[in-house]
Amino acid sequence: MRWLLLKDLQILKRSPLQLTLLVLYPIVIALLVGFAMTRGSEDPTVALYNAMPAGESLGFGGEEVDGNEIRDQLCDRVDCVDADSTAEAKEMVESGEATAAVIVPEDLGEKIRSLASLTPQSPEIQIIVNGSDAVENRVTDDRIESMLGEANLLLAKRLSEGAKQYLDLILKGGQFDLLGQQIEVLGLQKSEQILKKIEPKLPPGTDKEQLQRAVRFAHLATDNLDLAGPLLTAITEPIKADKVEVGDQAPSLDTFAIGVTVAFALMFVTVLLVAGSLALEKEENAFTRLTAGLVSRIQILVGKVGLGTVVGFAVSLILMVGLGLFVGIEWGRTPYWLLALIFGAAAFSAAGAALGAAAREVRAATLAAVMICLPVALLSLVPDDAVGPAIETAINLVSALFPFRPALDAITGGLEISGPNVWLPLLHLAILTTAYSLLARLALRRF
Amino acid sequence: MDPQETKLALAARAVTKAFDGRQALDGIDFEVAAGEVVALIGPNGAGKTTLLSILAGISEPDSGEVSGDGVAWVPQQAALYRRLSVRENLLLFAHLQHDAGQTDEAPEAMVDRMLELTGLADRADDRVGTLSGGNQQRVNIAIGLMAGPSVLLLDEPSVGLDPAQRERLWGFVLSLVGEGTAVAFSTHDIQEAERYAERIVVVAEGDGLFSGTADELRQAVEAGGGPSGDLETSFLAFLRERGH
Repeated sequence: MRWLLLKDLQILKRSPLQLTLLVLYPIVIALLVGFAMTRGSEDPTVALYNAMPAGESLGFGGEEVDGNEIRDQLCDRVDCVDADSTAEAKEMVESGEATAAVIVPEDLGEKIRSLASLTPQSPEIQIIVNGSDAVENRVTDDRIESMLGEANLLLAKRLSEGAKQYLDLILKGGQFDLLGQQIEVLGLQKSEQILKKIEPKLPPGTDKEQLQRAVRFAHLATDNLDLAGPLLTAITEPIKADKVEVGDQAPSLDTFAIGVTVAFALMFVTVLLVAGSLALEKEENAFTRLTAGLVSRIQILVGKVGLGTVVGFAVSLILMVGLGLFVGIEWGRTPYWLLALIFGAAAFSAAGAALGAAAREVRAATLAAVMICLPVALLSLVPDDAVGPAIETAINLVSALFPFRPALDAITGGLEISGPNVWLPLLHLAILTTAYSLLARLALRRF
Repeated sequence: MDPQETKLALAARAVTKAFDGRQALDGIDFEVAAGEVVALIGPNGAGKTTLLSILAGISEPDSGEVSGDGVAWVPQQAALYRRLSVRENLLLFAHLQHDAGQTDEAPEAMVDRMLELTGLADRADDRVGTLSGGNQQRVNIAIGLMAGPSVLLLDEPSVGLDPAQRERLWGFVLSLVGEGTAVAFSTHDIQEAERYAERIVVVAEGDGLFSGTADELRQAVEAGGGPSGDLETSFLAFLRERGH
């Protein structure tokens, strides 16, 4: 059997394009994915025209909100570029220099301050977007909505603080600034105390009873307004999320990205190589000669699965080491992910052998390999919660019948201790290797 | 050569084979003596390739018996790896034959012998895919001969070859016959059968209809009132007489 394996490696060596692809493919993929993973996402550029007078404070109710604080909130999730006018901001969007523009009107501060008055006005800012790129628009919309949410939350908190100060003034009394004049406010607590002092001095009669009612009201109002402060704080952020994770911990996004990249490379290289190599035996008429007393069909099958396992393992190992240069890989877990690569390569090889034996032609085998591998692998990546129960069951069934998902689980589990249990997917891959080898052997009967 | 007087190298008795309900061989007898060259002729679908593959042990008959040792089979199309060189192809099959116990000879020695025999020593390092059809067929036959078989089965060996290539190929095959190898080959070229075979076996619809020399076939047709002339005319008349 070693002669068959050597022969296949010799043939592989004789195809410069195939050999180049096998060597360059993992290197290029590792570089691309590695750069993509380490570079991080870029914030969209947003033009900002702030027409508010410089240094204007948005104070209300004793609380101060600096205009720069609002700007920082707006620009926290986008890359802000200052514009000098609405027209310039619009031009920047039209030219593509910015994906959107935010126009802060001159009267924004005034309108925000009016929120704490008896005649509140709704503050508005203008958003200008370029409608030519649907995907970028969606991203920008999400970012702008998010930044407006942050800014609104900041204002709500400040408003709440202002309202609380008014309530304190009503409750405890103090100085109140109205149009530059300081006004003394008595407050409910002091009013209650004064009334309580007066009440015993009054003779029994109707007025004393009325005064007692006023004292009770002041007491009740004092007690209940104490609760208004926490209530106002709660209104600014009514629902707080308390995230509790249950079940198996998911692997980190980096580990998952490495797993997906390596599993895809392993799948394509191995399935295509073995399917094509087995079909080539038929196309070159060598299969009949080989099986005419020289080697058994099982030996040919084992040779092909061995070829795929060796080459697939080598390619995925190069890819893994390449990715390791960009992303931190837990090298202490190397034995686990090495096992995952070997078992994965064997399972994909067996699947490739079954395809090659069934197709019997190199082109048909290659086409079938791509047409089956790609959709099944993509289906395996669909999150369980993204579809209904019936579709989820169907997807899980299809995914379980093909080595991609168990290979992905084995690789991510091998890379990270918090990933999926590595032994179960390895067992799954071993079962699939056996099952696909049996299918391939059956298909070789009519090869 | 009278096979009755010489030792049989290969014999098949009452062999049947059906594919999907179609009877490819219907109780056919066939034999070839040591050092004899036998041509199998017949129309398309007559069962020639099926008979040769059963004689080679590649497929099993539904019924009947086949006896013979040291049988080598050379398929109609070159069964070679086109991306490997002549030497690499020969060496691969030499190793496989050696490991399968078909020969005790060292693989490298077998390869050198075959390169010498085929006259392809100067093309040993050329990739098979770059060789002419005739040279590919020589390598194809050389692989069949490496283990020193006593019977060589050739399935339409000269298909696609020009006359010069065909002549070189037969020169090579007949040199083996001179060393005692029995050869049975199928062909659609009646002239080739007459020129190189000592005996002709006519097969049609899985039946063996005739076994004898080319002259005996002609005489049989003439005796039945058929036309006289070349072997192809006699062969066609023979088939028509029997409803084929």
